[in-house]
Amino acid sequence: MSNQPLPAVPYLKIPADGSPYLEGQKCGNCGSTFLGERSVCSKCGARDQMAAVTLPNSGKLYSYSIVYRSFPGIEVPYISAIVDLDDGTAIKGNLINVEPDPESIDFDMPVDVVFADALGRKDADGNSYLSYFFQPKS
Amino acid sequence: MTDAYIVGVDMIKFGRFPEKTVPQIGAQAALMALDDCGLSIQHMQALYCGNLGQASGMVGQRLLQEIGQTGIPVVNVANACATGATAFREAWASVKAGLYDVVLAVGVEQMGKGLLGGAGGKTGIPKEGLMGSGTMPAVFAEAGMEHSRHYGTTFEQFAKVSVKNHHHSTLNPKAMYQIETPLEEVINAEMISYPNTKLMCSVNVDGSAAAVICSEKKARELGLMDRAIKVRASVLASDPWQERDLVMPDVNSCTQKAAKEAYEMAGLGPEDIDLIELHDCFATAEILHYGNLGICKQEDAGKMIDDGEVALGGRIPVNVSGGLLSKGHPLGATGIANIYEVSTHLRNEAGSRQVEGAKIGLTHVIGLGSACAIHVLERAS
Repeated sequence: MSNQPLPAVPYLKIPADGSPYLEGQKCGNCGSTFLGERSVCSKCGARDQMAAVTLPNSGKLYSYSIVYRSFPGIEVPYISAIVDLDDGTAIKGNLINVEPDPESIDFDMPVDVVFADALGRKDADGNSYLSYFFQPKS
Repeated sequence: MTDAYIVGVDMIKFGRFPEKTVPQIGAQAALMALDDCGLSIQHMQALYCGNLGQASGMVGQRLLQEIGQTGIPVVNVANACATGATAFREAWASVKAGLYDVVLAVGVEQMGKGLLGGAGGKTGIPKEGLMGSGTMPAVFAEAGMEHSRHYGTTFEQFAKVSVKNHHHSTLNPKAMYQIETPLEEVINAEMISYPNTKLMCSVNVDGSAAAVICSEKKARELGLMDRAIKVRASVLASDPWQERDLVMPDVNSCTQKAAKEAYEMAGLGPEDIDLIELHDCFATAEILHYGNLGICKQEDAGKMIDDGEVALGGRIPVNVSGGLLSKGHPLGATGIANIYEVSTHLRNEAGSRQVEGAKIGLTHVIGLGSACAIHVLERAS
């Protein structure tokens, strides 16, 4: 079992000295950004042009749903959000610290990416995980 | 290339049949489609069988073990919710190519109850509810809210889709439900994923549908042209690259691409279409496709539902069968069931829900991931 929390997804990076961040893969040919490792660009087909980039920690809310019914054991309601980061990369996650009410949620509301424990979820070996969330820009 | 015609087509009444096997459910529709044109399994030169839940289970061969093992080639097809339409299209293509004169396409599904999607990876921790939702009601809610942000589409407009399709299903004895759901009831039903309430989610049911597809020469030879339906266009598209693909399955661009190609293949436009059966897996989904299929501008989609243009009796009735919302959505059967519905109207055999004077109709399904299949059908005589 790891003493340190593990990243909930491979594109969340936890450096030994410093703050966690999200990492994208940017195509050197067409400039498209992807989440997760890949060698070929699915927009332009360029091969071996991918380079890791640090993604910005802020963006705007693009779309969302307020989820009231999920699988057993998943706490509801919560806001499932699609966010466009400041560099244009789209990313999905929970929007937190907002009332789960359409009246409280505006399209294009500025949000920050914040990093926190993965809601107490642990894997079969008892490891803790670090995840990312969105919250209204402070 | 020869033209291809539907000469026999039918579906079972959708419902829940836990006592039956998948091949047994599929066999029912297969026999009904054969009876519809008076042919037997001995006439069929190939079987294209769509099923998702037992995609590795040789459902087509097991279906023939139920109704006649003639040794014909069987192709088992899986393509998410476009499975049935893809099986139909493969059957159509084999006739168009001149490989066979008469073939059978079957779509069948046996479903459990409950939420679909959102399973996530096998390693680490579950991501559902941690990084948003992968459940289908939420995914299609997010697609609907994208329409809202661009065009101001309201919760009430989405809900009206469900009112309309449930009303239509009261006229369809083969639908799972025949129950009116007034707007208040739809809006106040249990919220599943805003803005989709429970009555705005399609029904998980068991079902099957089948079609016999025939070359023009063979259809004439067999004397089957009277009730034949010409396949004017058959198009399948995958999702072209979009900037939010990785986090937002795209149902729009593949529909737009397939629609454009289908109209080109058929040599007509959306203004020539008399009725549409489209993929209303959620009420939010239906509204997206009015614009995607070109029956109105994207920004007018909400107005289409407000003004009743897409209701039976309106300018272009959509989902007169009751749609996936009330007829039910047995994933692998849906694509052929909507071909049955449109064909039935083109044959002027749809009874109290008949779209008067229907000559040309369009069917549309989306398999998330994504696959879009569109067929344009026309009465032959």
